[in-house]
Amino acid sequence: MVKKLCKAAYAGIIYVFLYLPILVLIVYSFNDSKYRGNWSGFTLRWYQELMRDRTIISALYNTFTIAILASLLATVIGTAAAIGIHHMKPRAKAVFMNITYLPVMNPDIVIGISLLALFVWLKFKLGYITLLLAHVTFNIPYVILAVLPKIYQLNPHLEEAALDLGATPLQAFFKVILPEIMAGVVTGFLLAFTLSLDDFMVSFFTTGSGVNTLSIKIYSMTKLGVSPKINALSTILFIGVLSLLIILQQRASNIKE
Amino acid sequence: MKKQWLSVPYGIWALVFSIAPILIIAVYSFCSRSAYGNIIYEFTAENYGKFLEPIYINVLWRSVLLATQSTLACFILGYPMAMIIAKSTIKKRNIMVMLFVLPLWTNFLLRTYAWMVLLRDQGVINQFLIYIGIIDEPLKLLYSHNAVLLGMVYNFLPFMVLPIYSVLSKLDNSLVEAAEDLGAPPWQVFLKVIFPLSLPGVISGAIMVFMPAVSTFVISDLLGGGQTVLLGNLIQNQFLVARNWQFGSAISMIMIIMILITMGITSKYQGEGGGRQLW
Repeated sequence: MVKKLCKAAYAGIIYVFLYLPILVLIVYSFNDSKYRGNWSGFTLRWYQELMRDRTIISALYNTFTIAILASLLATVIGTAAAIGIHHMKPRAKAVFMNITYLPVMNPDIVIGISLLALFVWLKFKLGYITLLLAHVTFNIPYVILAVLPKIYQLNPHLEEAALDLGATPLQAFFKVILPEIMAGVVTGFLLAFTLSLDDFMVSFFTTGSGVNTLSIKIYSMTKLGVSPKINALSTILFIGVLSLLIILQQRASNIKE
Repeated sequence: MKKQWLSVPYGIWALVFSIAPILIIAVYSFCSRSAYGNIIYEFTAENYGKFLEPIYINVLWRSVLLATQSTLACFILGYPMAMIIAKSTIKKRNIMVMLFVLPLWTNFLLRTYAWMVLLRDQGVINQFLIYIGIIDEPLKLLYSHNAVLLGMVYNFLPFMVLPIYSVLSKLDNSLVEAAEDLGAPPWQVFLKVIFPLSLPGVISGAIMVFMPAVSTFVISDLLGGGQTVLLGNLIQNQFLVARNWQFGSAISMIMIIMILITMGITSKYQGEGGGRQLW
């Protein structure tokens, strides 16, 4: 009994440690006082100011469009690559898998500065396009790693059957193979999407002047000190993530059924 | 149709955007520097030599120290937690795991920034301590070694808990029962059976905490306030402020080599699927 209580208390303390900071941000986003830490009344002022801040809105726009474009592109390239890798001879497969693990193992800061060096060497103008290229680069491996297991589970006779029954290879892919591996493709896409949304390090080094993502914007805001606007922003993001996660969970349990 | 050709676009992409950049960094790290700081393609080992100066060795030492401390702290805090989760009922377990994953999905910078709000002089912790009368003057909590350590533990704790949990939850319970039947006291069951079997998870967790901790510059920047210079800060500074790309590249190469060595050593001890698939 005492042991059980101890365990519950320990778990409780750890969860408080994990969530207290987030909770404090949420509470402070409704606090009327700007500088003092104490509570001086409920307000939605910071949310209004947030909405009026054009740089934040444009950062939000960049973050989402880059995340969507990069994860879509990465999903297409990555899924094709995974199918290709599956059909390779063991040696070529080993080479490709090592290349795939490279960005997974490499510290983000090294990915960031090495891409910066590449873009400068190629005389690319740093900005939206370089950000997009960088995001696709670190996204593809995660798509491949999510899709590969599904391809291994695939029954090889399915495609043959489709082809025997007169489907073109393209039809066989879209009508037979793709639906079978769809769960992996969707997981890969979502993984890539969230990685893109959350990325700071790589974006920080590969963006140019004037093009911000949310993470970069938050970074520059923290440099100016603590601002209640960031608290409001975190609250919105946290609730967004929470709803996304609940939807995903729902999806996962639907698949299981 | 030969299906392996489907990998060609990816192959080209990886060649251009994954491999070529590393090669460029490798070449730069051996290049000389002109009077204006431009890159001259002339071989030199000076950039690596420079790293041996005491000031930079100190940075390396501090980075490794902080990363080691945070890995140990995550292990000590995380292992009991992973055990508690693994021993819960399945329904409870899923919720507990979910609660560990959720913070990972909120923006990393915001999570770190939250600690700035808590730790600063007029922050929640200081106000609370003054309110209950333990202290009169606010404590200097922010911008210190310990603040950076706290930030690392906070951000990376789930990386330790999840792989250990993943191994513990798959542990063959009959082994534990056999040890108990043969008369081993609980601490011996733990030390001789459970812990050794959970090692692959511990090692995955340690890698997943150590690697981001040793290469971060954000946590040290926000919570250390420029007082705590780590390898990541040094690289960032050389590339964006000091404009000494050759030296920055050399430090990056050293970091890559350090990580390759760590991976090489640990991969021997790591069984298949040591929890990496959680991510």
